[in-house]
Amino acid sequence: MPFPLLTSIIFLPLLGGVLILFTPKDKTGLMKSIATAATGVALVLAVILVVKFSCGDTEMQFVERLPWIPQMNINYHLGVDGISIGLVFLTALLGFFACVGSYGIKERQKEYYFLYLLLNTGMLGTFLALDLFLFYVFWEIVLVPMYFLIGIWGGPRKEYAAIKFFIYTLAGSVFMLLSILALYFTSDPHTFSMLELAKSGNTLAKSFQIILFVGFYLGFAIKVPVFPFHTWLPDAHVEAPTPISVLLAGVLLKMGGYGFFRISFPILKDAAIYFALPFAILGAINIVYGAFVAMAQTDFKKMVAYSSVSHMGFVMLGLASMTVTGFNGALMQMFNHGVITGGMFLLVGVLYDRAHTRDLNKFGGLGSKMPVYSGILIVFTLASLGLPGLSGFISEFMSLMGGFAAFKLITIISVLGIIITAGYFLYMVQRVLLGPLNPVWFNIGDINKREIFTLVPLMIVIIAIGVYPLIILNYQSPAIANLIRHIGGALF
Amino acid sequence: MNVVLSLKYFLPELILTGFALAVLILGLFVKRRAVLGVFCLLGILSAISFMPQSYRATAPLFSNMLINDSFSEFFKEITLLVMGLVILISMGYKAFSDEDAGEYYFLLMAVAVTMMIAVSSNNLMMIYIALEAVSLISYILVAFLKRDNLSSEAGLKYFLFGALATGVMLYGISFIYGLFGTTDLAAISRTLTAGNANIFAATIALILILAGLSFKCALVPFHMWVPDAYQGAPTPITAFISAGPKAIGFAILIRIFLKNFFPLFPNWSELVSVIAIITMTAGNILAINQENIKRMLGYSSIAQAGYILIGFVVGTALGIQGVMFYLLAYVLMNLGAFGCVVLVSNIIKNDYIEEYSGLSKREPALAFLLTMFLLSLAGIPPLAGFFGKFLVFAAAIQSKYYILAIAGVANSVLALYYYVKVVKFMYLDEPRTSAEGRDRPRVMIAEPKKHGFISVEAGAVKLALIIALAGILIIGLFPAPFLSWISLSLL
Repeated sequence: MPFPLLTSIIFLPLLGGVLILFTPKDKTGLMKSIATAATGVALVLAVILVVKFSCGDTEMQFVERLPWIPQMNINYHLGVDGISIGLVFLTALLGFFACVGSYGIKERQKEYYFLYLLLNTGMLGTFLALDLFLFYVFWEIVLVPMYFLIGIWGGPRKEYAAIKFFIYTLAGSVFMLLSILALYFTSDPHTFSMLELAKSGNTLAKSFQIILFVGFYLGFAIKVPVFPFHTWLPDAHVEAPTPISVLLAGVLLKMGGYGFFRISFPILKDAAIYFALPFAILGAINIVYGAFVAMAQTDFKKMVAYSSVSHMGFVMLGLASMTVTGFNGALMQMFNHGVITGGMFLLVGVLYDRAHTRDLNKFGGLGSKMPVYSGILIVFTLASLGLPGLSGFISEFMSLMGGFAAFKLITIISVLGIIITAGYFLYMVQRVLLGPLNPVWFNIGDINKREIFTLVPLMIVIIAIGVYPLIILNYQSPAIANLIRHIGGALF
Repeated sequence: MNVVLSLKYFLPELILTGFALAVLILGLFVKRRAVLGVFCLLGILSAISFMPQSYRATAPLFSNMLINDSFSEFFKEITLLVMGLVILISMGYKAFSDEDAGEYYFLLMAVAVTMMIAVSSNNLMMIYIALEAVSLISYILVAFLKRDNLSSEAGLKYFLFGALATGVMLYGISFIYGLFGTTDLAAISRTLTAGNANIFAATIALILILAGLSFKCALVPFHMWVPDAYQGAPTPITAFISAGPKAIGFAILIRIFLKNFFPLFPNWSELVSVIAIITMTAGNILAINQENIKRMLGYSSIAQAGYILIGFVVGTALGIQGVMFYLLAYVLMNLGAFGCVVLVSNIIKNDYIEEYSGLSKREPALAFLLTMFLLSLAGIPPLAGFFGKFLVFAAAIQSKYYILAIAGVANSVLALYYYVKVVKFMYLDEPRTSAEGRDRPRVMIAEPKKHGFISVEAGAVKLALIIALAGILIIGLFPAPFLSWISLSLL
């Protein structure tokens, strides 16, 4: 039996978490080291996975398959392909750097790191599971630590935000569970395997596919989040502690998008084609509406949170296009948004740790006091608003290009979102960095080395993809092309 | 099979009876409940070791009054599991005085025997007698805190509702006897299958029997006794009546309705579907605003019965498996939750959910255990409660009962709110200081941390909790062997 690479990636964080449970309460340094080591080794393994991954191959790789509940034909089935590999790498990357970013957490550290590592296991498992039952288990496991992480270490309205997040996402996922069960019982022989269902699901009647698609949609759309299910997101993001906001925006939102790629579209392709127009419209609403709401915010974190709503709209638009370009854009947008917005939340955290406020109107002129911070913030801002040469531009452009082929008017409206995005991001830069220095911040210190350490690697990724997008397209394109061939979309 | 030959299948019950009588006598001399509890546990363990696993064959016992089949064995094993855990939990309940320990354990052992007889009864009269015996002992147990008004009130309410429900059930049985000329289930089943019976009258009679069993399983509209009885009863007994009678109630429901009266299935399935939906919705909605954790868990157990009923209504092999699996998980997680309530009430002297604030700081292990049991009740994977829900929902989807499945999952979301509310108090809130106090008796914080936790009594509850936690984790993560066991135990 070959080395179980995927299992190791998934369960190393949990192993670290269990070790932390047995660490004496006062040895917080040791807990940090264990957590950092566990996420660090998981990242190293993810890098090994990326290196050893064979790009041209559209089949599942590093497959592990063991019977789990044979009576129901449920298997412990893991595998990675071009669609999931980027997200696995993203999760391991953000998992590690957000862990380093967690050093600022001062209270109840033992519980924090345990829950944090459990969260990592759940997220990684969601992207690697190929059995719907296993997928659902990992999907739900994510909710519990997230509830505690927001609820214990969050801001003033943490309890409300935490329970809202928990109930919203559970409400979505239980309907997904019903769809999973319905798929199981309509397949012959009964199976939870995503790969086998992708082959057999298309034989279902279109009307039945549509019902199942709606069930999955509720689960995924709440996670993405798609308008009008987005209201949990600003609450959760604003109240969550910085590293958790990073994972929320960077990874959790992608679980929804990934669900569309891995489950809804390949298995229920007739329904996916049927719903293309609503997807495009919802995408456009997300983009434009999210951007407008972001513009109105005075809370820095809330602004970034709504910018996520806006950016995830491009994923919806790209998916709606049913073209290789649009799908590539959508998938890449998920990766890029994870890196960029993850970085943005870290930057908000840096500022908040020093100023203890996030009110944009209370800053001003920080550029002179925090030059390094300003530089980094501007890079992330420009990436976020889609400046050519940085990663955000590539994926948004591809999503729009794909979308234009299918829905011209909707895409034209969506493009307006980019202008608004540029508007609110530049307005933010103006209010925080430029102008006369607000004397309150006369003694504010610049970003420290640990924070730079967490941000620079993300910047490297942003610039690298912006300049040479093939490093990511090489991985995902063959799988995307294969998916489009399977669905029957346009191959351009 | 005649009486003498039947006895070898009846060994566990005989052993338990022996131990029950012995503990009554022992209780005269030994006034320490830990000692008596350990003695009873020995009885439970020896009964388990004499479970007739090697036979597995279906055998009618005592002139067809009882039947020994794998289905009844499954529920006998559940009964013994419940009783073992309840005895362990009782050992650590501070509100009991050691004076009455002998009687108390005698009643527990006796109720175990009657439950085991109830699940193996194959004759409606036998079912009635066994159920009535379970009920009578339960009434006494609920009212066991003689000097506590709430406990006496709970016992009386439980008794009044119970008397009404069993009366209605007996009325139904009398109809059945009039229609079929017998109360023997096997004979009735043969008549029904042959098709020469008055279907309409038989259905009416069946629904009357359903009313009696609804009381045992706490289904709407026979659920009114639940919150008061749960609140007033000594907590270990609350744990017991939430798990034991409910499990055997469902066992008997399956035996009567799905095994022997199956030809009437179409006549009652819609009615029971409606009952299932109302039961889970009412339980959940009423649970949300409860301030007392025992009442809250009481309403939650009504809702849980509603989910279990889904598997029953579907009536397929998968549905029955779902019911049995769910009951196994439910018994463990509910007893675990009540075990935690016992330990917490030993510390804070009451059962108000608000008083659980900041428990994770004072009693981290206890808060963790209670969280796990509540999450399992809420159906969060990978805990056992999730797989139980998964199976009953799967059964509903398989048989195209989509409305039931949707009602079930929507209710699971609703239920999450009140389960997590307790978790919120324990983990998210700070411990209260007595200055914030309202008009409730409160003895807090002042107590030193290791308050007698070394003693056998508290150790016993902890052991019960560890068994329950290990159970929900193992059953949730590796359900395969348990599913095999259950599929072997199907009717």
